[in-house]
Amino acid sequence: MECERCHQRPATVHWTEIINNEKRTMRLCEQCARELQAQAMGFFPQINLHNFLAGLLHNEFGFPTTGPAVAPAGARCEACGLTEAQFARQGLLGCGECYRYFGPRLEPVFRRIHGNTRHTGKVPERTGGKMRVINRLERLKAQLREAVSREEFERAAELRDAIRELEKELREG
Amino acid sequence: MSIRETVNNPHSHWMDGTGPESDIVISSRVRVARNLAHLPFPHLLTREKAEDVIHAVQTAIENRVFREKMGRMELTRMNELTPVERQILVEKHLISPDLLENFERKAVVLRDDEVLSVMVNEEDHLRLQCLLPGLQLNRAWELISRLDDALEATLDYAFDEKLGYLTACPTNVGTGLRASVMLHLPGLVMVNQIKGVLDTITKLGLTVRGLYGEGTEAKGNLFQVSNQVTLGQAEEDIIANLISVTRQLLEQERAARQALFRERREQLEDRVGRAYGLLKHARVMTSEEAMSLFSDLRLGINMGIIKNIPAPLTIELMVLTRPAFLVKVTGKDLSPVERDIYRAQLIRKKLSAAQQS
Repeated sequence: MECERCHQRPATVHWTEIINNEKRTMRLCEQCARELQAQAMGFFPQINLHNFLAGLLHNEFGFPTTGPAVAPAGARCEACGLTEAQFARQGLLGCGECYRYFGPRLEPVFRRIHGNTRHTGKVPERTGGKMRVINRLERLKAQLREAVSREEFERAAELRDAIRELEKELREG
Repeated sequence: MSIRETVNNPHSHWMDGTGPESDIVISSRVRVARNLAHLPFPHLLTREKAEDVIHAVQTAIENRVFREKMGRMELTRMNELTPVERQILVEKHLISPDLLENFERKAVVLRDDEVLSVMVNEEDHLRLQCLLPGLQLNRAWELISRLDDALEATLDYAFDEKLGYLTACPTNVGTGLRASVMLHLPGLVMVNQIKGVLDTITKLGLTVRGLYGEGTEAKGNLFQVSNQVTLGQAEEDIIANLISVTRQLLEQERAARQALFRERREQLEDRVGRAYGLLKHARVMTSEEAMSLFSDLRLGINMGIIKNIPAPLTIELMVLTRPAFLVKVTGKDLSPVERDIYRAQLIRKKLSAAQQS
């Protein structure tokens, strides 16, 4: 016999609930019984990440005054056709171009999720090209500042040489 | 090994118990999300375009340079597998449950030892995963980064100079990296400190969830800790942060175990002994009961209370006694009650075989 709630799994639990003196019995599978029990005790299934995110996005996209209005309300990504409403509902972007298209309005979302709006990690080896060098340069410069503040001058000199080398590389392409 | 062996053999390298700190850290996992440029993300792909993605990946892994760098990896379309076999890949943690939805459009790439895998057309076009036993996050990142480079040699990724690797969900953008450790923390649970410890972790930009079951009610006392932030930190920093938090957790767990041994030795030995007795003699066993008994048994083995059972067997049993594997082992569809009977039988068999060897 199948579960009367999900109609998928076999029923193995005899569920009885009494609400306002009215008794109701059902045959349920274990999972549905657990979910109902949790609900009866005031717990609800964990918030789904996408729903949660959609809530965040809805705040951002539902009230255009909070973000810089780049795209008109109800706009869609020109590359894949994803609409703002779709995005706010699902929490998923449609393609790489969406990031450019919805651009500035996504920034508050990034800040809330990541506390940051700029990538500082790995860059693709083949297509990353110049980006790789620039990122490495920035990291070396940060290390140099740290070395100087700690008065590690030998290390600082090494870093300075490495930075010059990279800057030369960048200039000469 | 091939996909056939993968779905027939419950064992996987990550269950070896060989890595550092493997008494508490069961496994380390690193995954990165990548997408191909100029194509909609999987949830908007037409069937033909989804097929194009699978084809592109197939071509990339058959490329000579890829083979030289990474060795042979095998692509399997999800529709080549039976539902039970697909579920087994989930139970072995090689793919996520999401890969089972709309499975006709999805594929998995596996290396023979199951350490490296790539999910194709999950939430992103590519999800590269590395799974190793014990605390080996740096090694896992190294392997993933190499696989990533080898794929990128022929595939054009969706990448933005400012935002990094572009992903379907904005929670993954930037590095696309999710690093996690699976921890066995029965000591902290028993001394009622787990909630405080886990609350603290979430304040450090990390997420904790029960591996089976939610929150502090995690079945088998297995917890997965992972990074939340993917944008604005370099991969190495994300991983270093997770490692240092993991080390603190290890210290806390060990302190909790020592306290239990010192203050409540009889109760601890009793609990372990009862678990061992039940596992050896029970005739009907639910999955939940088994998980919590495996946890007690594992704790007993790690603390030297039980001597003749190898600790990795407890993890293998956790996977082997999940529903899909039971169906595979017995070769037939089982009702939940039958499953509980077969589960108990299989556990008895495995434990007595381990004792004799």
